[in-house]
Formats: sequence, C-alpha cells, structure tokens
Amino acid sequence: MAKIVVTVNGKRRQADVEPRLLLAHFLREQLRLTGTHVGCDTTQCGACTVLVDGRSTKSCTLFAVQADGSEVTTIEGLAANGQLHPLQEGFWEEHGLQCGFCTPGMIMTAVTLLADNPKPSEREIREGIAGNFCRCTGYQHIVNAIQHASKKSALRGDRAPELKTR
Amino acid sequence: MPASPVLPKLVGQRVKRREDPRLIQGRATYVDDIALVGMQHVAFKRSDIAHGKIRKIDTSAAAAMDGVEAVYTGADIAKMLPPMPIGTPFPSPEHRAVAVDVVRFGGEPVAVVVARDRYVARDAVDAIVVDYDPLPAVVDVEQAMTGKPAVIHPDFANNLAVPLVPSGTGVTLDGKVDDSAVDAAFAAAEVVISQRMVNHRLAPSAIEPRGVVAHYEPGKGTMTIWSSTQNPHILRTFIAALNGLGQDQVRAIAPEVGGGFGAKINIYAEEYVCSAISKALGIPVKWNEDRSEAFVATTHGRDIIGYVDLAAKRDGTVLGLKIRLIADIGAYNMLLTAAIPTLTMMMANATYNVQAIRTTLTEVFTNKTPTDAYRGAGRPEATYFVERAMDMLARELKMDPAEVRRKNFIQPNQFPYTTQMGAVYDSGDYGKALDRALQIANWEQLKKERDAARAQGRLVGLGLSMYVEVCGLGPSAALPTGGWEHAQVTIERDGRISATTGASPHGQGNETTFAQMLADQFGVPIEHITILHGDTGVVKQGIGTFGSRSQAVGGTVMHLAGAKVKAKMAKFAAAMMEANEDDLVFENGTIAVKGAPASAKPFAAIAAYAYVPVPLPPGLDPGLSEEAFWEPANNTYPFGCHISMLEIDRETGEPTLLKMFAVDDAGTLINPLIVEGQIHGGLAQGIGQAMIEEVSYSEEGQLLTGSFMDYAMPRAIDFPRFEMASTVTPTPVNPLGAKGVGEAGTLGSTPCIVSAAVDALSEFGVKHVDMMLRPEKLWRIIQSPRQSSGQGGRS
Repeated sequence: MAKIVVTVNGKRRQADVEPRLLLAHFLREQLRLTGTHVGCDTTQCGACTVLVDGRSTKSCTLFAVQADGSEVTTIEGLAANGQLHPLQEGFWEEHGLQCGFCTPGMIMTAVTLLADNPKPSEREIREGIAGNFCRCTGYQHIVNAIQHASKKSALRGDRAPELKTR
Repeated sequence: MPASPVLPKLVGQRVKRREDPRLIQGRATYVDDIALVGMQHVAFKRSDIAHGKIRKIDTSAAAAMDGVEAVYTGADIAKMLPPMPIGTPFPSPEHRAVAVDVVRFGGEPVAVVVARDRYVARDAVDAIVVDYDPLPAVVDVEQAMTGKPAVIHPDFANNLAVPLVPSGTGVTLDGKVDDSAVDAAFAAAEVVISQRMVNHRLAPSAIEPRGVVAHYEPGKGTMTIWSSTQNPHILRTFIAALNGLGQDQVRAIAPEVGGGFGAKINIYAEEYVCSAISKALGIPVKWNEDRSEAFVATTHGRDIIGYVDLAAKRDGTVLGLKIRLIADIGAYNMLLTAAIPTLTMMMANATYNVQAIRTTLTEVFTNKTPTDAYRGAGRPEATYFVERAMDMLARELKMDPAEVRRKNFIQPNQFPYTTQMGAVYDSGDYGKALDRALQIANWEQLKKERDAARAQGRLVGLGLSMYVEVCGLGPSAALPTGGWEHAQVTIERDGRISATTGASPHGQGNETTFAQMLADQFGVPIEHITILHGDTGVVKQGIGTFGSRSQAVGGTVMHLAGAKVKAKMAKFAAAMMEANEDDLVFENGTIAVKGAPASAKPFAAIAAYAYVPVPLPPGLDPGLSEEAFWEPANNTYPFGCHISMLEIDRETGEPTLLKMFAVDDAGTLINPLIVEGQIHGGLAQGIGQAMIEEVSYSEEGQLLTGSFMDYAMPRAIDFPRFEMASTVTPTPVNPLGAKGVGEAGTLGSTPCIVSAAVDALSEFGVKHVDMMLRPEKLWRIIQSPRQSSGQGGRS
C-alpha cells in the first residue's frame, strides 16, 4: 500500500492505496465521486476524464499514486457557488446529452479545449473531443453545447483556468 | 376515447430536458455507482477459444486466494439455474448461463468468482486454469450451412437454427408457397438486378457497459436486482422464473442507464448468475462489464447476407423482388435473436408498390457471440438490401435515383396499405418526404457540384435513400413480451402530479416529453410533475423501451391514464363548484367554468378536497390516481429520405462524408429538440456501419475487434454537420399521432452512403461495394483495371 495526498475538488484527501489502483477507481470507490465514469479499458472512450492540475486527463490511464500531490477536479467540482459552469449550461441548453454517461468526461475535456482555445472553430471542437466517445448524440448537439459555452464565456469574460505544469 | 389530439402549449415545443441537471453535474446513479453494505464482486472466467470441449477446470488456486468468497464452475451454476430461456417461439438448443461441457464462442463464461473487490475477483479469474479439447471453429456462415467444419449443436443439422422460411406473395399462413406471381414478374422483366450484399456484424457499444447488482434478502425471501437494462419488468419476469421466485418477490430496477441501442433488452447470463449467487450466499453481489468483455458478452447486431434479385421494366417500374436471407446468429438463441431477421423479411416491400415479392430466411449458428436487436433490428437490413437494389436499377437505367423511386412509391391515397409481406402501413406520403429532401439538399445543384468536382479529377458521389420502418411495437400478437404499455397518473394531495410509465428510458428523455404532455393536459406547470420509471417496485406494470415504442405506446397510455384521472378530478371540481363537469376547463393551475374565469379554483384546492372529501360527492370514491393499460391495434410506420455526398481520396482510398441530409416523418412530434437528437444518434450509427464499424473474426473464430483500439467507434471528426427537416404525417393508430423515431436514423443512412461511394467510384465500373468502406478496399478498386461489372468483393 502507498500513502497519497490528493486535493480533490478543493479538499485535501489522504489515503492508503494499492499501487495498481487506477485514479478513476480511487475517485469512484474510495471518495465515492461517481460522476467520473469508466466506459472502456483501453483509454479510448474518455468517459473518465477529469482535470489533473488543471489539464483534462483520462483518469483510467493514471494510477492513483501518480496523482499524489496533485489537484484533481471532477465533474462534481465544476459548478461553483451553486452556479453551473458555462459548459454545463451549454450541454443543458443545446441538448448535448442523452443517456448522460459520456457527459462528465466530455465536459471535462471541453474545459481544457476552451481554456487552450476560447473561440474554437467547429472543426477544432470536433478534433478537440475526438478522444471522447458518445454513442447517443452523433456529436452535433455536443458541438453546439461547446459553441454555446464558448460564446457565454466570452460574454461573461471568464478567464481560462490557470494552467499548471508538473 | 377522451383524446385531446393536438395539445397546445408545451407539446411541440423544444423544451429543455428535465433529466439533465443531475447528468451534467455527475449526480446521477448508474448501476456501477451502487454500493451496498457487505457487497461482493463477481467476475467471469471466459473461454479464450471459439469452440471446444472443456476437459478440466482447476479452480483451486483461485479459491485459495485471500478475499475470494466463492468460485463456481458451469456444473455448479447448472445446479442453481435452469437453462436460459428465450422469448421467441423458435426451437432453441440448451443454453447454460455458464458453459458446462462445451464452449461455443470466445468469451462464453466457464467459471465465476465472487471476491472482496473487483481487483481481487479479476486476480482469481486469472488463477483459474481451463483445459480444452479444441473443436473446429465454425466461422463462415455459408460454409456452416453445409455442416462444415463442425456441427455446433447436435440437434441442429447443418447448423440451421431456422431452416428456410418463405414469406411474401403467394405464401399462405399454413406455409403453402405459390411462386407463380413472382415467377411471372421476373418473366416479364426487361431488366433484372442481381446482387449478393452483406449487412455486416456490429457491436452496439453503449458507452456504459452492462452491469448488475443482485441483492437477495434471506429474511424476507425477496430479491432486488439493479441492472443496466431497457426493460426492468421483463427482467423481473425472467429473474423470478429462473430463481424459483414469484414475480411479487422480485424487484427489478433500471437506475440511470447509459445507453442501450437494443443490446440491453436481453436478459443475460450475468444477470441470472448474479441473482442465483446472491440467493445462494445471501449477500449482495455486483458485476460490472469491462469494455473488452462487452465485445464478446453483449449481443452483436446485424450480420445477414441478402441475395437480392429485382425485376423491372426499362421505364423504372419495379415488377418483382426476391431476397434470400442468410443470418449468422452466432452460437445461441438469445431473447429475441431468431425474431430479428424476420423483421427484415417483413419490411421487404419498403416504400414501393411492388406486387410480387418472395423472401426466404435461413438462420445459422456459428461460433460467435450471439446476435440480437441492435438499433433498427432487422429494418435497416431490409432498407439496405432494397435501397441498394433500387440504386443499382437507377444506375443500370441511367435514371435519377430520386425518379426511379418516385415512380414506384405507394401513393398517399393507398393507405392503409397492406404489403405483400402482410404489414399494414398506417399512413404515409413518401413523395412529400422525397421532395423535401431534394429541396434541403438542393439536389440539382448538388449534382452540379459533384460533376464539377469530378471534372477536377476528384472522386465525389451522391447517394439517396428512402426508408420506412416499423415502430411503436406493437399489438401483443406481434410481440412475445406483450405489446401494450402501462401508466399511472396520480394527482397528489398538494396538487402536484406523479406519473409512472412502463417505458424505461435510457437517454430518450421521457421524463421531459411525458411531463410536457401532462402539463398541457392538466394546465399545470411542468415543474409540478414528476415522471417515475425503471423500478418495478414503483411502476406496477410495463414492457419497456425498444422498437421506437416509448412515445407511440408509452406516451399514448400516459395520455389515457391522465384522461381518466382528469375525468374524476372534474367530478370533484364540479361538486365543489356546483357546476357541470363537462363545462370545466383546466388551465393555468386552476379549474374554472368555461367562460367564467372568476369561478376558477386552484388546482391544488380540488386535489386537497378529493383526499378529504367532506362531503363525499355521491358515486365517487376518494383519491385521484388512475392507471391504464393500452395496446395499439397496429404498429406505426415512420418514413423518410436521406441524401449524402461523399468523397474518396484517389491516392489512399479514404472516404470522407462531405454532406448528410435527413428528412424524417415520425408523425406528430412532442419535442422536436429531442427528436433531432434521436435522429442525429441514429444517423451516426448508420454512418458508422457504412464507413468504419465492423466486428470481424479470424478463421479460428477469434474476435479481431475486441476493444476500442480495434473496433472503430465513430468520433466527432467522422461526421459533417447533419442538415435536417421533417414532414408530419400523423398516424391514426394512436390519439397522439406520434409514430416513433429512435431508430430512424440508422435506416436510410447506410444505403445512402454506400450508394454515394458507388457513385464516386462510377468511373471504375463498380456496381456495388460491401460495407464497411475500408480505405484499403476502395483503394484496390481504384487501382484495379477498369471493370465492366462486378463488385468490391466479400470484405
């Protein structure tokens, strides 16, 4: 077992974990943050995407021990002060989800996409979410949702999240 | 029937979904999010060969591992569970949830572990050693029909699950076949199109894999089973039966379900095994499917060959059609497996007034994962075969693909139209949908764009396809589960509304659409309405969500249950207001006498009175809760037209979809925003099939596409922006006029894309190319010497 300290959604968490425990399972099963989903076992689907130190990361591709000392934001931590994040609003407004299973990962990927490129073209959005699978929507309403958030963020003058490198 | 056929206000509006707040915040509960005290984890040891005898299973190392609660072999499970039942009347070989003596597909369970957590359970599975005597793997379906290289089930000679079944013109119910009309049609033909076509195997791939939590409580003798299912009531029926329990002793819950696409209709081995183990051990157990497990353990879709012959006159009039179908159903019959290809036969008439049709169907066992329903379930296959043949006819006659279709349409004044296959199409206006599609695609201009691109040496093609599908399933005569749906509407004591539905949505948005309908029906705010579903402990009865039936059947019965309770509420209001119940209007949260707004009483006040009825109006019982069962007299038959523009890279053979247009007629729309989403998703799956998705096996029966690394799931970059429109031809089958839309997108898109590819390759003399459009296959066509005929081969 290994001791780790991870700050998740602003809260410092200490835990003993097996070295082989995936970050996704740590979040879901030890912290009970079940909004992060697991949809594959080969890092293709992106349903498990969270922010690690501000960057979207597939949490099934990281061991929990590799996140030691990091700040992690999950879908549960995205809304602030009872206000939905512009991307959450966008997905709701534009019908960017059906079954909702891919949605948390899709939103967390889009957070970094918009942070890097606040006014992406449709092509850039489609390329930016190519690492996230959705089987329900055909992606068109997801593209609309991200465009919606892009416009909203620009109107609100939201700053891109601070990017950290480790 | 107290129907309000066209409901104003919210119905027909693009209402934002009420499901979304929990889903966009990570607050929803899917099966894998459920944790119960004392819960253990189940994992399956699966066969790694396609066909073989089990000589020996050594579970000792697994059983000795720390944290392992129990290990079961197939023989152990066979003592706990009878063989798996199916839902169709076809003959079926014995199918054990866990294989006992012989494994018949790679991925078939051979042993089960119960352990402390999912990691330990997987370690223990890896420690189980199975010794097999391999048998020859049956992979090629047409070879399988000769009994070669092996017979999979001894009682099914030549691997024929369903031997040749004829249908269509001249076939009577007692099985007599009169070919004279079909023969005459072909004898009179001036042109005959003949083509073998493969509608290949797909993996449904809901992003949430399947999962189950089973909790048998020995003290109470009851079982609760949570499962990622499309139909909890059907699950309850089968789980009860196989565990020797009454249906009153089993509660089945479909919590949040992350997509189904037909593959979560089935009742699977893992559901039976988890329930039986929980009952045996008296503890809750959980199993959650890995993606690589899903590729072998969840049913596949399609996989049917069609030998298509189409007889026509040179003016484009179709005289006759013959389709010989061979379905590769994999190793076993599952719940609806054998019935799915019969839907392909049923829809062979397509949108055309063809008077002589012969279809035959043979279903064949192979050493592959069983097939069953996948979005469209038999109808996309029919559409593909007929529409590709129509396109080949147009090409042969040098006619516009739109015009050859128009020439053969069933006309609006011919509805209800009884097809040669025995279906009764409810309503339709195919010319209108075609015209609208040609209009939004700007067809004439599009042809000029194609020609201009060709003049530059680019390989650009256009494809067009009509479709008609069977939805809103259906009368009980057509559905082994029963073809009705159930709803209960309760006006609570505070005037809010709870309603239960037997539909079990998993992305379809019925919490929104049904609430829209009730809000209009009762004149109350949508925020005052809660739609409950997916729990047999809450929803008394139900069938479930499949076959594009939730709105057409579930929505209708919701409306009817609402009408019943509304009629009772009107009686209470009439008594309270000393008015005639027929003169009351429900609007804006009040009930008022028509034309006398000052008489309005709050909706909540009437509700409160109904629960404390002093005085109790004569002839009335207290309370406001009514239920309804309803079954449609017929299916519904939505239709539409899809158009695509596709380019193939001359150097690499890589196809790119440039444009996609879809016009769909689903009858009356409750929420056009949700309908659009449904069509988008269907288009994506149809385009995925045509262009990139394919389940493939090696000659040894090993699955070659067993993960998302190998199976090409469509991504956002694979699609252009879909351009859409709708026409509205209400159905007379239900009072809402709604036909159903969940599967529509998968029907027109596949033939339309393949036809565009054939058009793009026309300079090479290609008449047909099988799906999927693998660049290598297209590149070989581009590189090959010019052909005068022929096709792209058997992928």
